[in-house]
Amino acid sequence: MASLPGPERATSLSGRNTGDRVYRGALTLLALTLPAALIAILGGLLWNAWPSVRTFGLEFLFRSTWDPVAEVYGAAPMILGTVISSLLALLIAVPLALGVAIFLTEFSPGWLRKPVASLVELLAAIPSVVYGLWGVFVLIPLLRSHVVPPLRAALGWLPFFEGVFYGNSMLAAGIILSIMILPYISSVSREVLLAVPPAQREAALALGATRWEAVWSAVLPYGHLGIIGAVVLGLGRALGETMAVTMLIGNRHEISASLLQPGYTMAAAIANEFAEATTQLHLAALFEIGLVLFGVTVTVNAAARLLVWRVARGSAVGSRAL
Amino acid sequence: MTSAATAPSSASGSGAASDAVSIREFDFWYGSNQALHRVSLDVPARAVTGLIGPSGCGKSTLLRSINRMNQLIADTRHRGEILLFGRSIFEPGTDLVDLRRRVGMVFQRPNPFPKSIFDNVAYGPRLNHLGRRDELTHRVEEALKRAALWEEVKDRLDEPGTALSGGQQQRLCIARALANEPRVLLLDEPCSALDPIATQRVEELLVELKEQYTIIIVTHNLQQASRIADFTAFLYLGELVEHGRTEQLFTRPRDERTEAYLTGRFG
Repeated sequence: MASLPGPERATSLSGRNTGDRVYRGALTLLALTLPAALIAILGGLLWNAWPSVRTFGLEFLFRSTWDPVAEVYGAAPMILGTVISSLLALLIAVPLALGVAIFLTEFSPGWLRKPVASLVELLAAIPSVVYGLWGVFVLIPLLRSHVVPPLRAALGWLPFFEGVFYGNSMLAAGIILSIMILPYISSVSREVLLAVPPAQREAALALGATRWEAVWSAVLPYGHLGIIGAVVLGLGRALGETMAVTMLIGNRHEISASLLQPGYTMAAAIANEFAEATTQLHLAALFEIGLVLFGVTVTVNAAARLLVWRVARGSAVGSRAL
Repeated sequence: MTSAATAPSSASGSGAASDAVSIREFDFWYGSNQALHRVSLDVPARAVTGLIGPSGCGKSTLLRSINRMNQLIADTRHRGEILLFGRSIFEPGTDLVDLRRRVGMVFQRPNPFPKSIFDNVAYGPRLNHLGRRDELTHRVEEALKRAALWEEVKDRLDEPGTALSGGQQQRLCIARALANEPRVLLLDEPCSALDPIATQRVEELLVELKEQYTIIIVTHNLQQASRIADFTAFLYLGELVEHGRTEQLFTRPRDERTEAYLTGRFG
């Protein structure tokens, strides 16, 4: 403790110091519970998954058999299903979300800006299970009658569109996921575009750029890291999404190149099987899937944070340089 | 309608004595707030014209009207005429892209793109498809030389433009404008964010550039206007109070408001 102000000052504050110390201790304890919970979850997953990790080793990640009777477990189809459904969602959502963000920040008339932004963000407020329900009773019939037939007529020769379409499929899950992650990507991108200094737009326009050229060649490049961050954030959401995907993806433990065929994701497998897992090894296998999913989503989210953070810092540095 | 009256001044075309920009009875409004009142000003080619006046007098508004940057702001309107080498910039069918290529602009704060030095200068030529691809390198070099920046950056053209010092960034922005081969260069307080040495370099540069370009510069700094401007226009409350040769305006102002401003009694 610094003794600069003199001894009598230190004693006169000592009574208040105790209260201060208690207060600080309590707050520190509260603040530490959250990281502690994270570590507890990770520890619990590891502990419970350990029998599976020890029995199957790395092969767990690459094998595609899932046989509770023979007690052989491999998660490859679920891992692949999670990745494919999420990437499909990004493929659909990113252009749409960027379009919304660019329209709202650069081209929209003032009166339209607020309502459209709020409505898009409202998509994030719809419960997952409602998306699932809508998917089963509206999206899948629509796909079956209006989307898949022309798609197969045009692109049926590609392996991605082979086989009979029954409804529940990777395609249906990807589309529903894309709608669910769209608000996240578009609202973060919008923030990023709004943070691009007007001087950048003016510089481009004054050099003879059209509005669109200014967006494309000056505004987007300026904010590209933040937009990548927004996309990765959306990816993180898609990877872990459970309910709607479980209702739509078909839950078949198989690897198929065709998007029209059913698949499985890690999240869906856990949700479907935890109640029926009677043997210790089955449960441990589910926990190991949980561990993989945890690892993937934490990594993806950390990457997104890092990118968005670098943009925020980068623009601060840019403005200081001026 | 006013173009008939201006025909004589534009007839000689490239003649050194002709006016590059003629502003006729120009009014400008932001919403219901009138920022410019019947401003008429002839800007001679290949000379530096300074626009001075207290904050909010309409200098920047006038400057930004010449390349029609003001129309990006919602709810603005204008009345009157601005002629660029004898042709109205408000003529229906005027190509804004072409107008802004011919009338370059440099802003108050340096605003290089977060791209390499090369790509910053090449931005305009690429956008406007000027010249052949293989000439681009030459064009960039030429623009950087004219902006007196070449010697400082020739070995690091692939480094980001944002890594340069403030004064270098501003000269980079001037090079970026010059690469478009403009005929008129508008500068909006280009030195207000620069230190005295960087300011001096930019001023020297502008004096060199007036051999080839028509330069209009808004400045808060009266010394700067007296150092580099051949002609000076004084604006006050949206009106053009006085306009003439710099030395005449500074030494023998005709209007008492000009005199008051020059002697520091307001602004």
